[in-house]
Amino acid sequence: MSSGARPRVFISRRIPEEGRALLAATCDVNSWESDEPPSHSEYLQAVAGVDGILCLLTDTINGELLDAAGPGLKVVSTLSVGYDHIDVKECARRNVKIGYTPGILTAATAELTVALLLATSRRLKEGIRAVENGEWGSWKPMWLCGPGLEGATVGIVGFGRIGVTVGRCLKPFGVASFLYSGRSEKPVEAKELGAMFVSFDELLAKSDFVVACCALTDKTRNLFNASAFKKMKNSAVFVNTSRGGIVNQNDLITALQSGQIGAAGLDVTTPEPLPTDSPLLKLDNCVVLPHIASATHKTRAAMAVLAANNLLAGLRGDKLPHEIQI
Amino acid sequence: MTNKKVYITRRIPKPGFDKLAEGFEVDFYDSDDAIPHQVLVDKLKTKRYDALLCMLTDQIEKEVLDAAGPQLKIVATMSVGYDHIDLQECAARNILVANTPGVSTDSVAELTVSLLLMTARRIQEGVSAVRSGQWGDWKPKWLCGTELTGSTLGIYGLGRIGFNVGRRLKPFGFSKIYYVDVQEVSYARDIDAQFTDFEGLIKNCDFICVCCNLTPQTRHMFNKESFKRMKKNAILINTGRGGVIDHDALVEALKNGDIQAAGLDVTEPEPLPKEHPLVAMNNCVILPHMGSNTWDSRNAMAEIAARNCLAAISNKTPEGIVFVQ
Repeated sequence: MSSGARPRVFISRRIPEEGRALLAATCDVNSWESDEPPSHSEYLQAVAGVDGILCLLTDTINGELLDAAGPGLKVVSTLSVGYDHIDVKECARRNVKIGYTPGILTAATAELTVALLLATSRRLKEGIRAVENGEWGSWKPMWLCGPGLEGATVGIVGFGRIGVTVGRCLKPFGVASFLYSGRSEKPVEAKELGAMFVSFDELLAKSDFVVACCALTDKTRNLFNASAFKKMKNSAVFVNTSRGGIVNQNDLITALQSGQIGAAGLDVTTPEPLPTDSPLLKLDNCVVLPHIASATHKTRAAMAVLAANNLLAGLRGDKLPHEIQI
Repeated sequence: MTNKKVYITRRIPKPGFDKLAEGFEVDFYDSDDAIPHQVLVDKLKTKRYDALLCMLTDQIEKEVLDAAGPQLKIVATMSVGYDHIDLQECAARNILVANTPGVSTDSVAELTVSLLLMTARRIQEGVSAVRSGQWGDWKPKWLCGTELTGSTLGIYGLGRIGFNVGRRLKPFGFSKIYYVDVQEVSYARDIDAQFTDFEGLIKNCDFICVCCNLTPQTRHMFNKESFKRMKKNAILINTGRGGVIDHDALVEALKNGDIQAAGLDVTEPEPLPKEHPLVAMNNCVILPHMGSNTWDSRNAMAEIAARNCLAAISNKTPEGIVFVQ
């Protein structure tokens, strides 16, 4: 980047205007003004010679793309808290900083996680369908009954920002006991909920509700597989709003079909979007949402601003507000 | 072997059956559907029942009570409401009436919050989009809903259910909680809820939960004029009684954008016909009166109804006794 020239930036999709405008004020912005992604070759072309890239979680930021961008690339800023789509080692090798958006989407994501848990456990999808199909007859004592949170054990896998906030929101529903598992104990956060640190296996065996709030890493890929579902209660409600890759989806389908677990609520799947003929969509005891955990006007706008600020800091050579360190 | 007999008008959860069997010979209508009126009348003539355990779908009036005979000691309903029972006729015959208060509060409060979240975060549309193939690649602005954080919540009716709704919603970060009731209540302090009047509620609130009974005062409280004065982004949730909302006015308000969305677990009438305009609307979620449908709640209701029957034949006062004025 020659002195005086504005930095060149590529934004790989149409993002909330607050973010784009912030970048356009000081940068030459090439923004892919569509809701659909650029093709592979279009993407490689668009990043040639740029100083910064603002990307989405559906983009693959790997060695090939970084090479296409060239040695001037200083920063990649993703509009997400997950960064499993970014080759962190390849970025480090080229001294490319990585920005992401933790914290700012915690409230919206926790909200949606609780909403999905309740929609699943209280069988709201079946209720709505009954109304639409004219199946709502006169009151019946045992129609569409489900488990309540009152007196239940909730197990949170991954007790990070989102997991802790989910726990906090669930507490007044009368949850009898919180369990959590993960890489390490979090005594401060756990104290507020009275949550107990246990092994993954113990959490599976004891929980009425199993909520997955962990990042997708090599250690968590396919964590929820046949063996895990076998250890869970037959009545258990499983909720995943983290990443589809932590679940062996075929094993989940089998577990739901055979009654090995009670129900599942998923905001993330493999692949995304989920094909309409997926067996998951034929199950009454499975609710699938199209990855909308952070989808509020407020949060998406805030994410866009944060991602833009991450990018601008990287262009200046400053520390990013939120940076991935390896 | 007991010689006391009870008739149950439906299949009920096992805890209820088992409890009744402790003191009664048990007969029941072996179906999940409501017993037809004539079938009930005929059945009650075949044996001398000491107790009748019924559902809110059964009209317990003169003909039924005549068929049952003078030895009937109690009509125990497996519900909180008892407007399906002719209290005067029962009183005239010295028949006790009992209901199942209190045990459904938690499940109804939980369902209310579930419905609010479902409506705010457009879960109905999300599920449809996945099923219909409208789910494309992740887009920053697609299906964005309304975040609870920083919003203002209003609770219309701060009884047991309203208060428990407020308690469950508190951690979601509302900037303010208002409530309306016939008078101020001290326990509102526990959820930092501020007393206001109806006008204050509709003017200030982004989310409104209707948690009140249906009375002549509350009937059609939410009408055309109210909707015009509510915030355009307002989301209205009703798990109280359908009649609190003028449904025709609601249809117009949702169509015109006078309010943003509505979530109803109770409607006028119930069931709501599937052709009703509200059913097809994207910004309206209709549930088929599911409020108390957790296993725990229904098991407890069955058990209390059974205990009410057992108390009556032991000359004790049933815990769910309804006093007739």
